[in-house]
Amino acid sequence: MSANPTTMSPPSIDDENIRPAGLIALASRLWAVLFLIALIVFFSIVAPGFFDLFNFQAVGANMAVLLVLGLGQTFVIISAGIDLSTGFVMGLSSVASALVMQGLTGYPLPVIIFAGLAMALLIGLAAGAVNGALVAYMRVPPFIATLGTLSVAQGVAYVLSGGPPVSIATRGLGFFGNGFLAYFHPEAGLSILGLPEGVSGAAVRDVMGFFPLQVVYIVILAAFFGWLLGRTRFGRHVYAVGGNPKAASRAGIPLEWTLFRIYVLCSTSAALAGFLYVLRFNGGVANAGDALMLSSVAAIAIGGASMLGGQGRILGTIVGALVIAVIQNGLVILGIDPFWQYVAVGAVIIMAVLVDQAKGRFFP
Amino acid sequence: MSPLATETRTAPASIPQGPHPEGLAPVLRCRKLTKRFGGLVAVDQVDFDVYPGETVALLGDNGAGKSTLIQTVAGVHRPDGGSIELDGKEVEIRSPLQARDLGIETVFQDLALCDNLGAAENIFLGRELPGKAYRFLPGLNEARMRSEAKSVLSELHINIRNLDAPVRTLSGGQRQATAIARAVYWKARLMIMDEPTAALGVPEQKKVLSLIEALKARGVPVIVISHNMQDVFEVADRLFIMRRGRAVADLRAADTNANEVVRLMVG
Ligand SMILES: Nc1ncnc2c1ncn2[C@@H]1O[C@H](COP(=O)(O)OP(=O)(O)O)[C@@H](O)[C@H]1O
Ligand SMILES: [Mg+2]
Repeated sequence: MSANPTTMSPPSIDDENIRPAGLIALASRLWAVLFLIALIVFFSIVAPGFFDLFNFQAVGANMAVLLVLGLGQTFVIISAGIDLSTGFVMGLSSVASALVMQGLTGYPLPVIIFAGLAMALLIGLAAGAVNGALVAYMRVPPFIATLGTLSVAQGVAYVLSGGPPVSIATRGLGFFGNGFLAYFHPEAGLSILGLPEGVSGAAVRDVMGFFPLQVVYIVILAAFFGWLLGRTRFGRHVYAVGGNPKAASRAGIPLEWTLFRIYVLCSTSAALAGFLYVLRFNGGVANAGDALMLSSVAAIAIGGASMLGGQGRILGTIVGALVIAVIQNGLVILGIDPFWQYVAVGAVIIMAVLVDQAKGRFFP
Repeated sequence: MSPLATETRTAPASIPQGPHPEGLAPVLRCRKLTKRFGGLVAVDQVDFDVYPGETVALLGDNGAGKSTLIQTVAGVHRPDGGSIELDGKEVEIRSPLQARDLGIETVFQDLALCDNLGAAENIFLGRELPGKAYRFLPGLNEARMRSEAKSVLSELHINIRNLDAPVRTLSGGQRQATAIARAVYWKARLMIMDEPTAALGVPEQKKVLSLIEALKARGVPVIVISHNMQDVFEVADRLFIMRRGRAVADLRAADTNANEVVRLMVG
């Protein structure tokens, strides 16, 4: 058809969206980063030993489990939901995969690791399918559905483990949880994925590790989740479903299927957090993630996600997790009772929400 | 024809046979279409046809069932009775996705925009163009979507400076234009617009009317719901009037006037 709309020549609708200064917009978007930098500067001044490459590596390794819990939860929160079950799905996954790995003691290490990983993923898929079916297809409010799953996962984890940690005594496993990508010894030189040759005994104390494997894992996982959320069709649909589910559906987005996949993804990331926990501590325990569910939501909120849905980024969640990890680390170095971290993190969350609301006032 | 027949006595202007060109097959053909909400019959055995290249105004008082009728065609509601044919083939429209796949594009009364997404993202919502992410992973073709969005909006004489800005920061006219651009972009076989001018200022209303004219020039049949009689007579070839869920009249625009139409609407 040869439409020639130029013959219409009606008055042009002009850009009426004149907004307040871009500087405020930028600052409000970047406040978490600015706050993180301020924290780092603060602890560098007041906490001796904080500003140190090896301490920073420890911060990275310590935040791994928290961040991985938050990666999947970010999708759920953008979709205007919440997954309360991640902490105990993580615990259950750690117990189940530790049991499998314990049972395989004596088998080659790769077999043990892959079996444990497979078990963790299985737990994640199963828990996610239950959450997804309840929320997406049976329209149970996420808060209730995932509360139910939380309780079931908690119960099963305690039944399987009997309560105390399930520990694994397989040589070499510890390396995958606590090792480094590269090592350096002043005399023996540089080595990759293992101590330099000929280093043993007291000399081990002089070896420096670079790039903790826990950090390598979270970099890979964060890159994957970041790609999924920011660069794919599915990610775009997550934002749409969280912004306006009715509109998303009318535009042709399959609402239920999108939500279902979001919850499967979230439980899977929780289960992977459980597996990272097993690698790090060579064992699993039912309440491994008990305290971490809320911290991971805090990280997401600090990272700029809206609890009302439609807004949030993986990069924000990473910054939020870093803020929490830096606060924890700094307080420990200062010798302050670690329980104060909850107070500090709580204050930061409230600040994050206030900033978000101020943002809303500037940019309706 | 039974619902029409009963009403013809009080509404002599209605033409039960329909004032359509002889020999042309309808693009859309609804027969005895019915939709209930609990005990309320929102659409009651409505026969409704749309012929190629015509603009049909769907009229009626608030609550007459206009939105429900077009939403049933657009796959939002499943009909409780009756049938829908597209180009002579009976179809069962189970979802908005399926309606769009069949070539039915709809501008909903509430616009159905995701306020947190930009204009370009909204125009391509549900039909994102595939591309590459980081040059090697599957992803979206953001650059192409942005440039296509820009060109469809400019074709419609709409200027949105930042296509990435969340549409909640746009004016009513720009939002309306975004919703219309989404429908226009995808070469619809049938275009439905539910009160596209209701919330707009006069210049923006004129804009929407010229959009409808442009669609007509492309041969796309349009169903438009409006309360504005002046608008209706400006763009419509045919008027289809509903009252309390029923079809009460089907008139050629040239054969009637605003007074008669209002009388038919309120009964
Ligand atoms: N989703 C719904 N659930 C229940 N009742 C509805 C729904 N949508 C519309 N209705 C009712 O159906 C009737 C027709 O509404 P509608 O089609 O929106 O009318 P119109 O668009 O002509 O103003 C009204 O009485 C309205 O309250
Ligand atoms: Mg309506």
